[in-house]
Amino acid sequence: MTNTPTDLKYAASHEWLADDGTVGISDYAQEQLGDVVYVELPEVGREVKAGEAVAVVESVKTASDIYAPASGTIIAVNEELSGNPEKVNESPYKGGWLFQMEVTEEGDLLDAAAYEAQAH
Amino acid sequence: MTETDSTPLKRTPLHAAHLQVGARMVPFGGWDMPVQYAGVKAEHEAVRTGAGVFDVSHMGEFRISGPDALRFLQFATPNDVSKLKPGRAHYNWLPNDRGGLVDDIYIYMVAENEYLMVVNASNIDKDWAHLNALSSGYDVKLANESDQWALLAVQGPKAAAMLQPFSDTDLSAKKKNAYFPAHLFGLEVRLARTGYTGEDGFEVFVDAQHAPKLWGELLNAGITPAGLGARDTLRLEAGFPLYGHEFGGDIHPLSSHYTWVVKDKEFYGRAALQQAPTQKLIGLKLDKVPVREGYPVKAGGKVVGRVTSGTTSPTLGHPIAMALVEAASAEAEAFEVEVRGKDHAATRVEVPFYKST
Repeated sequence: MTNTPTDLKYAASHEWLADDGTVGISDYAQEQLGDVVYVELPEVGREVKAGEAVAVVESVKTASDIYAPASGTIIAVNEELSGNPEKVNESPYKGGWLFQMEVTEEGDLLDAAAYEAQAH
Repeated sequence: MTETDSTPLKRTPLHAAHLQVGARMVPFGGWDMPVQYAGVKAEHEAVRTGAGVFDVSHMGEFRISGPDALRFLQFATPNDVSKLKPGRAHYNWLPNDRGGLVDDIYIYMVAENEYLMVVNASNIDKDWAHLNALSSGYDVKLANESDQWALLAVQGPKAAAMLQPFSDTDLSAKKKNAYFPAHLFGLEVRLARTGYTGEDGFEVFVDAQHAPKLWGELLNAGITPAGLGARDTLRLEAGFPLYGHEFGGDIHPLSSHYTWVVKDKEFYGRAALQQAPTQKLIGLKLDKVPVREGYPVKAGGKVVGRVTSGTTSPTLGHPIAMALVEAASAEAEAFEVEVRGKDHAATRVEVPFYKST
């Protein structure tokens, strides 16, 4: 069983968004991806629109686009992933966060129950 | 490894067994196959340090027998089949007549006038048609036994030691490319000391109906189930070409480092293969960014080729790739690979990327 914290909002494309604008991918998503070997993160200061491809998470097998769950500005990225991309697998909701945004407007997001219902 | 056509996927005799141990299944060459169980890295590591087992029952088996079996295979393939003795196997090709390959294959000499050919799953129908067309005028019998056999590859430095307690044959006496009947867990099997991982190991041919029992016993013996994901990272580290990537109908196979396959003899498609290849298959290593099939490879700012296979090497810890590049640029040391619009430095390295010790 995958883990879906109820204090986060989720995009149908498997990203999560926290109240403070932190973004990552769900436990379900990391499990589907498999061993993460590389993460490409956006530039700090970049303005993005909800649904825009802003990062790439690569597993041994494939590269997957990560979409901004909200419109706004990238204000921080998780530098630690550059040396330890496996954090995305080990701790998708904490140490494996991808970037933080100053959110101006959220995209179409789901609560944990609705996300679980559509992901599984 | 994803496909979009809607033909129903074929299943190996181990399909249910894969699901039972938590395999993630993907479409591959028309088959529903396990891409991973516990995870690609863990399975890769098990094969490099212990032993893993792969279900490769999707591969095809053709039996070629009759008075002209040798003469026919000498015509159909560029390697010297006359060098094989009963109980020995070798790697070989089925060239087409335009300087490419119909398939790359393995040939096992079963007995005088009898050979077994193992072919890639996605090429079974094409190979079958090709061989039948070439065989007119030869006194040979071709039998497609692909559905009768399950094929399990037990690979890794501990493969022989882990199988030995369950076999009546002295496995340590069998050399690389040996092919022999044996008993394993009381089942009648054919064993070949061959593989596609760069490690020691055996490929086990077993009657399809006994495959689930054999699979279960191998897992009970402590051998790790490994999927197509690990099979791909292992073969890429070992520098083995994969049909559809490094080889294909329109890829000159002598672009690769497998020039030794072609012996000085007459064979179908020889004239086209005698044209020098315009491309060369090279190995690349990168610092961080994994590169994938199709990404452009540049030298001095100009596109000179494309990546044929790429991954982050679990053993080496950095990205590796094979790429087909213009022959004139193949000696360069420094390349760039374009990844999502950005160029990343890549260094040419020797293939194989990894050799077992």
